[in-house]
Amino acid sequence: MRHSRFMERLYNAVNPSIVGSLRLITKVFGTKLDKPITAAEAGLKGFLFDCKMCGDCALSKTGMSCPMNCPKTIRNGPCGGVRANGMCEVKPEMRCVWVAAWDGASRMKNGDEIKNIEFAVDNRDTGKSSWLKLAREEKNGDIAEVSH
Amino acid sequence: MGAAFQNDPLVLGTNPGDPLPMLEGHVSHGRFERVLKAGHFAVTTEIAPPDSADPDEVLKRASLFDGYVDAINATDGSGAHCHMSSLAVCAILTRAGYSPILQISCRDRNRIAIQGDTLGAAALGVCNALCLSGDDVGAGDHPEAKPVFDFDSVSLIRTLRILRDESRFLSGRKLDLAPKLFIGSSINPFVPPIENRVDQLAKKIQAGAEYIQSQYCFDIEILKGFMSKAVDMGLTEKAYILIGIGVLPSAKTASWMRENVPGVHIPDAIIDRLQQAKKPKKEGRDICVELMQQVKEIEGVKGVHVMAYRQEKWVGDVVKRSGVLDGRKPWQPENSIQKSLTETS
Ligand code: SF4
Repeated sequence: MRHSRFMERLYNAVNPSIVGSLRLITKVFGTKLDKPITAAEAGLKGFLFDCKMCGDCALSKTGMSCPMNCPKTIRNGPCGGVRANGMCEVKPEMRCVWVAAWDGASRMKNGDEIKNIEFAVDNRDTGKSSWLKLAREEKNGDIAEVSH
Repeated sequence: MGAAFQNDPLVLGTNPGDPLPMLEGHVSHGRFERVLKAGHFAVTTEIAPPDSADPDEVLKRASLFDGYVDAINATDGSGAHCHMSSLAVCAILTRAGYSPILQISCRDRNRIAIQGDTLGAAALGVCNALCLSGDDVGAGDHPEAKPVFDFDSVSLIRTLRILRDESRFLSGRKLDLAPKLFIGSSINPFVPPIENRVDQLAKKIQAGAEYIQSQYCFDIEILKGFMSKAVDMGLTEKAYILIGIGVLPSAKTASWMRENVPGVHIPDAIIDRLQQAKKPKKEGRDICVELMQQVKEIEGVKGVHVMAYRQEKWVGDVVKRSGVLDGRKPWQPENSIQKSLTETS
């Protein structure tokens, strides 16, 4: 992502405050507001990042390029099929999201995070809010945290 | 050491299909791991699985490589085309004594199927697995199929290491016997983002890959840059790197591959050379021989992986002419046709 540095700053500035406020909101309202909150996240992140609401947001680790836009949904990319011009093997009209991710990460302060392994997503979380997950801290990193 | 290595029944086993005793410090019962760990320059190749339910066809195709390769990759629906499954090809080859490499692609199976197949493969005597993302379904003859991609290659490597080293499924459920597989993956240093391909290699090794087979190398300069970074990062100490070598039959095929096969990078110089050659087929094999010799000289390279689709009968010829085996003769079946041919000639 070309504007990854700016996006990272914006994201780092905004995300914690969103998650912080949600922590409060969820305490007061329980799950009552989950639907509109999820819709707001889908709307905002969909507009900015073409977010697919995988429920396990990796944007800050992938150069602000959403890996779920990869037609093979690769979380540790790219695949070996990237075209010579950097376009996607499957969709020649789209820049490979992982070429964008490594490029974006190189401009970011915490860009090295892209070098860490992201284990396959939990498919039960598809369509759920990553914000709410963070707010409730139901981090289900049990698989990703296997001993290396 | 070559002769002793080949004749020692403890090293190479007696009955072709029997698992070899596992050596100290090894992870599998397989011969491929033994060749690499003994410090030999390894040669692997790829078998095209038949569009058939005939096991003899598999053995016939494998016999073309007798005496020239250390392991044979059985592709898993490569190019998203249907063929006999990799698992079945590997089982048939294992019974005859070959050391096949089970290619596992993430395209067609989810984590439940993959873990089950991995146990099944090991139970059938398969000793090597290669973790791949897989080609897109749109590239094949069933573009209407549902792509799975529950895993990517890195998650797949991790999963196989968990099955083997922690003797459990991802769910945590214990295995009674872990699959003793030598686990590898692929890398393509020749396509964007070229400067980050070595980071991708590092990630695969961190996930647990023990050997790597690269995509076709027709560009030695890019490879040199990639390998020197890999050496500097200490990656060549952690995994055995084998470089993919292709046999091109003509300039036309080369151009077609460059345009249509994902991830294939062929410099113009190679295509021009084929174009100008009087005997392009011979020229293509000469290029292949030269590439193998050049690749062998690069620091950190531990072997070559020869991919000769529809040119399989030439694999022995190019390997022999390249001299990369240093006079070593890889295992072959007792009743090999190749063997009797070379012995009478
Ligand atoms: S080229 Fe990039 S975006 Fe396309 S399938 Fe491969 S990794 Fe995904």
